[in-house]
Amino acid sequence: MFEKLSIAAVYPEMLLAVMAIVIAMVDLFVKCPRRTTTYALSLLTIGVVAYMEAVAATQGQTVYSFGNMVVSDAMGSWLKCFAALAVMVTLVYGRPYAAERDMLRGGELFTLGLFALLGMFVMISGNNFLVLYLGLELLTLSSYALVALRRDSAVASEAAMKYFVLGAMASGFLLYGLSMLYGATGSLDISTVFKAVASGQIKHQVLVLGVVFVVCGLAFKFGVVPFHMWIPDVYQGAPTAITLMIGGAPKLAAFAMTIRLLVEGLLPLAVDWQQMLMVLAIASLLIGNLAAVAQTNLKRMLAFSTIAQMGFVLIGLLSGVVNGNTAAAANAYSSSMFYVITYVLTTLATFGIILLLAREGFESEEIADLAGLNQRSPLYAGVMAACMFSLAGVPPLVGFYAKLSVLQALIASGQAGAIVLAVFAVMMSLIGAFYYLRIVKVMYFDAPITATTVSAGADVRVVLSLNGALILILGILPGGLMALCAKAIVTTLGT
Amino acid sequence: MGLLSLAIWTPILFGVILLAFGRDEHAKVVRWIALIGSVVSLAVTLPLFNHFDVTTSALQFVEKSMWIERFNVFYHLGVDGLSLWFVLLTAFITVIVVIAGWEVITERVNQYMGAFLILSGLMIGVFSAVDGMLFYVFFEATLIPMYLIIGVWGGPNKIYAAFKFFLYTLLGSLLMLIALIYLYTQSGGSFDLATWHKLPLPMSAQTLLFFAFFAAFAVKVPMWPVHTWLPDVHVEAPTGGSAVLAAIMLKLGAYGFLRFSMPIAPDAAHEYAWLMIALSLVAVVYVGLVAMVQEDMKKLVAYSSVAHMGFVTLGFFIFNDIGVSGAVVQMIAHGFVSAAMFLSIGVLYDRVHSREIAAYGGVVNTMPKFAAFALLFGMANCGLPGTAGFVGEWMVILGAIKYNFWVGFAAASALIFGAAYTLWMIKRVYLGPVGNDHVKELDDINCREFLMLALLAIAVLAMGIFPKPFTDVMDVSVADLLKHVAISKLPQ
Repeated sequence: MFEKLSIAAVYPEMLLAVMAIVIAMVDLFVKCPRRTTTYALSLLTIGVVAYMEAVAATQGQTVYSFGNMVVSDAMGSWLKCFAALAVMVTLVYGRPYAAERDMLRGGELFTLGLFALLGMFVMISGNNFLVLYLGLELLTLSSYALVALRRDSAVASEAAMKYFVLGAMASGFLLYGLSMLYGATGSLDISTVFKAVASGQIKHQVLVLGVVFVVCGLAFKFGVVPFHMWIPDVYQGAPTAITLMIGGAPKLAAFAMTIRLLVEGLLPLAVDWQQMLMVLAIASLLIGNLAAVAQTNLKRMLAFSTIAQMGFVLIGLLSGVVNGNTAAAANAYSSSMFYVITYVLTTLATFGIILLLAREGFESEEIADLAGLNQRSPLYAGVMAACMFSLAGVPPLVGFYAKLSVLQALIASGQAGAIVLAVFAVMMSLIGAFYYLRIVKVMYFDAPITATTVSAGADVRVVLSLNGALILILGILPGGLMALCAKAIVTTLGT
Repeated sequence: MGLLSLAIWTPILFGVILLAFGRDEHAKVVRWIALIGSVVSLAVTLPLFNHFDVTTSALQFVEKSMWIERFNVFYHLGVDGLSLWFVLLTAFITVIVVIAGWEVITERVNQYMGAFLILSGLMIGVFSAVDGMLFYVFFEATLIPMYLIIGVWGGPNKIYAAFKFFLYTLLGSLLMLIALIYLYTQSGGSFDLATWHKLPLPMSAQTLLFFAFFAAFAVKVPMWPVHTWLPDVHVEAPTGGSAVLAAIMLKLGAYGFLRFSMPIAPDAAHEYAWLMIALSLVAVVYVGLVAMVQEDMKKLVAYSSVAHMGFVTLGFFIFNDIGVSGAVVQMIAHGFVSAAMFLSIGVLYDRVHSREIAAYGGVVNTMPKFAAFALLFGMANCGLPGTAGFVGEWMVILGAIKYNFWVGFAAASALIFGAAYTLWMIKRVYLGPVGNDHVKELDDINCREFLMLALLAIAVLAMGIFPKPFTDVMDVSVADLLKHVAISKLPQ
């Protein structure tokens, strides 16, 4: 099976793995307390990897390598490119924060960040149950360690413990489900599993039981109700830079893994898993939005808002197949992909602002800490307001088009009750608008509690401004990114 | 770049420049740039009027280019007789609002002016968009600057008002969004309004669409019983905010009925016309009575706005030429008159810092010039012949009598209520002996205020004495709309 290795397809992953190790060693010789060399090398590595993925994505070829263990296709390459950029931005925003909190005594933030990114890459390109699982474990193990990076902080340690226990359980669920599917179909290879399931020879009950566990495991990773309990605690407890690391880019990987498992592997069982996703989506929209209203801690509020936002992603995923007809599938899945990408973009800027406002000995994680930000810094208040309006789904910001395309996919599916679900979803986002607006209110209408101006290094300033501008620009011209997602999904599923 | 694009993007560009570079240290420069921006924006809309062809109902000044390819959304602009005047009205009111905020706003001047300029561009966008999604984007985007305007520069209870405004209107428009997506799928993937106008739809779908649009537009108009946000918001909003809200934002809702509800779901519109007429009459009569007992001037004018907008929706749903034309004329007239009323209250509020009617009395003794203007606008508000307020109401009443005598009778009775609450307020605030020491110390209006009120007074009188340019523009379009609405769209 090794005659066709096609190593070129995994060059970015290899580069990333090698550089992560190299950077870990280089860091031993770095004296600078802010780890500038490590930082620069990490950014450079990620930048190169992102560029390679972008090139691969524009070529749009589907290449299998290592005997069908991994695949490089348009959807995967774009998601990897965006995940790399997201991790890069996370490191830019997170470095000053980490430096002030004694988290840069070693270069773990960067090496673990790179390994987490490698885990995401493997998750995105895995074409085999075990490879997917390995990628997932690499990502989550790095994340556990990152959360615990402030080992003197009781809150962070508690969050790390919670994250680890629940995360391990979720991985267990997933592995259990995968092993059942393996038992039923006799293969770990996703394409072979697909053929076996599609043949209709295998007992339906066994497959569905496997699917239940797989969906539970994925739901844990997305953090959707009722598997959401870790999200608020970990978001709040983890150092903010790490919250961004686990709340941003990994969503892209979770999305890719869902597509690989549920769509590429188990599409013939769509009737079954779509129903499960529908229950998860409804519960997430309801609980996420209602619970977010009651929060006073900004990170916790954003955690519940994430839960609600992921409910929308699921709505896109559950609209693909109608009565066994997959004609609308590409439309639905690309709307979810667009949603996830724009969500990550917005989350980056939101947490970027929180990180920016945090100073030594001051976390800036209460909503009240944003009071009067507009008087202190109109630019950053504007960026944060753009994020909030975008998350609330108000045009002309990019979040609106994400909701539009998901709702369009849902209504176009013409499933029974699609309109009812759509009305429910928009009513929930009305509740969502309330708590997002509250942030804008605090920033614009309330008097500042401190007169200190907001200062930031040049790198943070530039990236954050670009990040904010992108939310608006993609809101005015969303066509390009939408077309990109549509094309990526079509070429990926077309094979 | 076409004229309509210029009309939309000029104010937005000026607004963005102000937001980016304006500082409170040089507030004076900011004000002048805002004024220049608004005047230039008004100037670029004038050729629209000059080159408008009144003999056709077709869209004019059309611009069309692909915007979002994946959803077949076009950047498609155009105006016809129904929308032309609102483009001009919006640009005109923005100039007035910039002048009105000249001395009053001293903090974050650049954000205040910037918000109004951007808002102006967005509202012009709503009136000139002929693609459903483009319309929705502009329609919703107006919420953001208005929310900030109310919340930052509003009165004591501004936060409650800002949230109420935003969430109330968002509730309606989210249902409309679903209606738009539904139409998109039904029409085979098009957001084009003209395509939707021709799309045959069964009665059940038309009914749902009609009520989804109703949710969005009735809240915006606002119609009774979803009008309750308006008084709260008007009371707390800064003067400029109230003026723009009453003069233009309410018209967005009414305009939506003309562009969406009636032509897309004509059978449902006929089926539920009784409901719309009933709600309109309740607005006209009951809300008129409510206005009479208000102690707060802004609240009084806010309720009077609801009553006047009741005339507009009444005019639409009696489905005859004179009624619909009258309703559109009434929308424009109300734009001038309500803006003038709110700005007059603003003039008093800036001096005394009270909106209570009881806090005034005999203002005419100390502010004779101002009282003259206020009296004129008051007369226009109760629909005195020769002022803008008369033309539209009279046409709607004529149309209503044609439709049904008793409907016309009920509508006409509102003129009496209108006169009652307006004149009673004028009596208590302006006439009689000087009420208290505050009033005794009042200074009359300065040049800036005189200019602002004079511009509005000219508009009010011009429209009242010579309404022909207004009605001429819309005649063909209204006739065409009614012809379209009369044809059933039920699938054969």
